[in-house]
Amino acid sequence: MTPGYDLKRVDFIFQTESDWKEILQKSLSRPPAELINELISSELKGRGGAGFPTGLKWKLAADELSPIKYIICNADEGEPGTFKDREILSKVPMKVLTAMAVCGFVIGSLEAYIYLRGEYFFLKPALNKAIQEFQATCHDLNFDFRIKLFMGAGAYICGEETALFESMEGKRGEPRNKPPYPTSFGYLGKPTVINNVETLAHTYTIFKYGAKRFYDLGVQYSRGSKLFSVSGDSPKPGIYELELGMSLLDFVHDFGDGDTKAVQVGGASGFLVPQKRFAETTIGFQGKLTGISLPTGGSMMLFNSSRSMYNVLDNYLEFFREESCGQCTPCRVGCQQLLNGIKAVKRGEKTGQYLDKLLRLTETMQYTAKCGLGQSVANSFSSIVENFREEMIY
Amino acid sequence: MFLNFIVFFQMCPVSELILNLTDQYGHERTSLLPILQGVVQQENYLSEYAMIEIARALNLSAAEVYGTATFYSFLEYKKMGKYLIRICKTISCSMKGKNQVLMAIEDMLKIKVGETTPDGMFSLLQTNCLGFCHMAPAMLINFDVYTDLTPEKVREILSGYLNRKGGANDTRI
Repeated sequence: MTPGYDLKRVDFIFQTESDWKEILQKSLSRPPAELINELISSELKGRGGAGFPTGLKWKLAADELSPIKYIICNADEGEPGTFKDREILSKVPMKVLTAMAVCGFVIGSLEAYIYLRGEYFFLKPALNKAIQEFQATCHDLNFDFRIKLFMGAGAYICGEETALFESMEGKRGEPRNKPPYPTSFGYLGKPTVINNVETLAHTYTIFKYGAKRFYDLGVQYSRGSKLFSVSGDSPKPGIYELELGMSLLDFVHDFGDGDTKAVQVGGASGFLVPQKRFAETTIGFQGKLTGISLPTGGSMMLFNSSRSMYNVLDNYLEFFREESCGQCTPCRVGCQQLLNGIKAVKRGEKTGQYLDKLLRLTETMQYTAKCGLGQSVANSFSSIVENFREEMIY
Repeated sequence: MFLNFIVFFQMCPVSELILNLTDQYGHERTSLLPILQGVVQQENYLSEYAMIEIARALNLSAAEVYGTATFYSFLEYKKMGKYLIRICKTISCSMKGKNQVLMAIEDMLKIKVGETTPDGMFSLLQTNCLGFCHMAPAMLINFDVYTDLTPEKVREILSGYLNRKGGANDTRI
């Protein structure tokens, strides 16, 4: 297969936001059902990584009868290798706020929060200013929509939606059992729409240009564009908006340093793709019939041949061991044992076969852990160990 | 009346701070995190006394406040220096020379990770992904971000803080 070398750059997200008042006014004058249909037909899926259809999420919350509902913008961007949400909130905050207000109008909610990770504390003053300006405009439009900023305090797990609710409720950020899902039982037990920052920014594009403009980008099951945070061994790390459905080979051709050994797609909780699989891997959501399609929250880390994959895995596992909330045993003990295990193999205290035992442990974690964190440790662990076994042992 | 007067003047700064924070954020459980953050911003850490006072103010058990506070890595419960350095140790930063930067800091301040300088000015910690992977390595000093670090650059930055030492300037907002 020859690479096409045609990564399509898109420029929607960081396009000017100066028309936000117009978009807000226009959207608030349309019937809510029409706005939901617009979103559904755009086939926008959540850009935080999980990929739940956004239109459906809004519809489910709109169908709830509760008089109190909440909207939360998830800006607890903690996945290693992602930094797109910060850029959106610092460059085009009005788009996100507008999208939140439109969501409020659609589902019948007047109260919204932005959960901003503690590491981004420096954004707080600018964001508060933007919120003030925005609320004044809402007030002029006779739409009393309130947005508050809630600061996180340094916990990766709080990016998980139910853990985020717990954290906002003043508790330890421990994920809840699902169902019930947030759209029926979210923050304070009320129906809640919780969307990633980028997802909200995309709805702005859809309300501005219509669903078709968005739908025309990308491939089947993976419509639209997405921001990618490129880091690692790349001559041009940074944030890029690209069409979904691209092949990893094209991506590496464009962003690699010519010596790319592997790419970690989706951060520590994602998958490592070795060079031999670049051509058959596309970036998008699951559901494609041929090849491997990997979803991602946008983190793309490139590794060249000078990097030891053992060090990479060691770093990820240490990350998970520290960030596991400790609530369920498979994750709490599993992460510790995986880290101890690969260290023992590296030191020669255990044989290479021990890695198979560890692989079975990740499988157990995948089935038994309570939330996405514990379940997804298996992704990076198995994809690294299976493809770079020698590097783990020698 | 007279007694109240005495109690008011005997109140230590933390209690007064907590009183102000509960006035601002309210007494519900949902105010717990903002209150804890408010105390950390002023005091640099949460003392046991502060946690007990917060528990009292919100009508919670002290254990619950302690359990919540210790869950979050940005709510320190050990006394920290005036300037808290958090250097990112996640993969992108560690690939781009985090260890050399860390060594430069340790050499300059004569402390190891987890320690505080004897004069109480600097504490050094490692932290997980700060979200500046494209400008690695990165660190926070209190809430100020520094990126694209090198040993030389970090020495320059710290000299800046050392020269500021003793001044009233506090970046911990």
